[in-house]
Amino acid sequence: MFSEELAVFPGHYAGHLTLSLAAIATGLAVSIPLGIYAARRPTLSGPALGFASLVQTVPGIALLALMVPILGGRIGFWPAFAALALYSVLPILRNTIVGLQGVDARLREAALGVGMTARQRLTQVDLPLAAPIIVAGLRTAAVWVVGAATLSTPVGAESLGNYIFQGLQTRNWGAVLFGCLVSAGLALILDQSIRLFELSAERRSRALAGFGTAGLALIALPLLTLIASPTTTGGQDRQFIGDVEPLEGRTITLATKAFTEQYILADLIAARLEAEGARVDMREGLGSAIAFDALTTGEIDAYVDYTGTLWATVMEREDVPPRAVMYAEVSSYLLTEHGVLAYAPLGFENAYAYAVTRETADEYGLETVADLAGKPLSIASDPEFFGRPEWTRTRDIYDLGGLTVRGMDSTFMYEAVRSGEVDVITAYTTDGRIDAYELVLLEEPAGALPPYDAVILLSPEAAEDRALQSALEPLRSAISSAAMRAANGKVDLDRERVIDAADWLADEIATE
Amino acid sequence: MLLSAQSLEKRFGDTRAVNGVSFDLDAGETLALIGPSGCGKTTTLKLLNRLIEPDGGEVRLGGREAHEVSAPEWRRRIGYVIQGAGLFPHMTIAENIAITPRLMGWESERIAARTADLLALIGLDTYGARYPRELSGGQAQRVGLARALAGEPDIVLMDEPFSALDAMTKDALIDDVAALREQLGFSAVIVTHDFSEALRFADRIAVMEAGRIAQMGPSAALIREPANDTVAAMLEAPRRTAEKVAAAFGEE
Repeated sequence: MFSEELAVFPGHYAGHLTLSLAAIATGLAVSIPLGIYAARRPTLSGPALGFASLVQTVPGIALLALMVPILGGRIGFWPAFAALALYSVLPILRNTIVGLQGVDARLREAALGVGMTARQRLTQVDLPLAAPIIVAGLRTAAVWVVGAATLSTPVGAESLGNYIFQGLQTRNWGAVLFGCLVSAGLALILDQSIRLFELSAERRSRALAGFGTAGLALIALPLLTLIASPTTTGGQDRQFIGDVEPLEGRTITLATKAFTEQYILADLIAARLEAEGARVDMREGLGSAIAFDALTTGEIDAYVDYTGTLWATVMEREDVPPRAVMYAEVSSYLLTEHGVLAYAPLGFENAYAYAVTRETADEYGLETVADLAGKPLSIASDPEFFGRPEWTRTRDIYDLGGLTVRGMDSTFMYEAVRSGEVDVITAYTTDGRIDAYELVLLEEPAGALPPYDAVILLSPEAAEDRALQSALEPLRSAISSAAMRAANGKVDLDRERVIDAADWLADEIATE
Repeated sequence: MLLSAQSLEKRFGDTRAVNGVSFDLDAGETLALIGPSGCGKTTTLKLLNRLIEPDGGEVRLGGREAHEVSAPEWRRRIGYVIQGAGLFPHMTIAENIAITPRLMGWESERIAARTADLLALIGLDTYGARYPRELSGGQAQRVGLARALAGEPDIVLMDEPFSALDAMTKDALIDDVAALREQLGFSAVIVTHDFSEALRFADRIAVMEAGRIAQMGPSAALIREPANDTVAAMLEAPRRTAEKVAAAFGEE
């Protein structure tokens, strides 16, 4: 069952390692000179440490996400690298400053007394004596960075985090565990290798340095699999029939947000493009806003988004027009404001719906959202939802202020409502678990919850690309809500592979 | 005349730490600067090797004024021994001793020979590859002296070199260092607050008070004719000790 995981391992591992090492090296290159400069200047060391600590208090995933707009919508290696490098600054900078300030003042005076210049004192006395503390900072930074690099998936940088993010969404716990273990092992070996180098310098032992080198070699070893198995994104069977295929030789970059349906649709679209001869580059598990920004800058060519999401987050509208009106307005807005083409509605909606178990519905007599008012119930949704206007709107219209609110990852909320841990969830209407867990979707008579039509968005460049568009044409309005729900259920409930669910969906489309 | 200090002045804020100190030192001679804490003796010593830059006055060594060369170059001609030795813990004993010759760019054979000679002189021949943490206080201070002498300096400055040691170690070390000085004939300025140390080690003693030299001369002259009450008071305790010791030996 791990064949799929292993096939992507070289890319994930190499991405993770490159990102981590580049960030740590940059952190070192910045922090040590800065620390040396700041250590004897209290007016500078205070603010420098303050800033570094401030950076550290920003949660890792937020720091990574913030780098995307800061770098002008760029996704992939650079924002992840920038955030991780910033992250590595604090421990090294702090320890450099503390280590240098901790050098005995009498020894520093003795260094001048024996005739050293300021520079000689720095390199021959200050730095060697502060080295153990600086190295401790480096080790902390190395462990932090290797760990935090797993969070670079949502900004589009390939890493071991891809296992974790996708595994979490598709309930593939084996993949989650694998990603964690490899990342933890990498951190551990890196940490110990640095320690061995430090000991070898301290004890002037070549043998210890040899062990350190062996540790680094161990880290590099999995990269050999890269050579052994060249990256295979386009592993689909291709039929070459005389004609030149329309997308032959082209590379199309697709992106997914971090949930099951997105992974399935991306595989479906990728298969379509590969059938036309394209090579597909996949950016998995991007944050929602990040995906859209990356599309406008052309970092990615296409991804699937939802009209209600675009309406609220890109257009910042709070009113709720009917489905067709919203689709038309979103399309024209994206094209005029961003040059983005809402190319093809896929045919289904993935909206929010308030869902309860059959038992809860019976116990409290729940039929519509209005019936929730004043009941001693708790409600769970993804954290994103409670920040959106549809929540405040439905809360105000139906008087839901009395409900206890809990944010949780969407993967867990279905289990939570099923087990009675929470009473109400905002289910996604295409989720396979609605049927499987026999959840009741409450009616929402006021139409306060917006429509969420799934639509393939194309970047400004792809918006001009006839060949790409005709390759996608068969997907237009081809997927029913029921088919999407079934495909999602295959992954979330039946533990089928994403690629198999995508194949199944492709067959469904073909037979309709 | 080897060393000459003329009208040295140093202010820290409003405090005149050193206020017009002048003295001369001949080759091979040893001067002790003594006095209570805060009298300016350590500051005076650091003005000599430019660890502190003066606000006024000048220092000449072998005819050259201190500011004719860079501070590091100046200091390489002057050995410096501090309280507790101040050995670098990440360097071996031999490396500690070899620092100044190395900074002066000596050939490595010459450095090795010099280091070996000094290790033999201080009786630590086999200690070259060891680290300072393996030494006793007295041994560390001997290495400190060897380090100060390694670059064949014109003069050695010693700042409370025996203060961090227990009484017996101190006694033995003072004798050893005095013997070494006889043997090598180096000139020295030593700062101490202990008159008996000064008495045993120095040819001349300068008693400092509030940034000035209150009296300077051979120890016997000081004891016979103290210039003022402060000098007399400083000598009072050692004098009584000496009388009691003499009396005790007399009774035997």
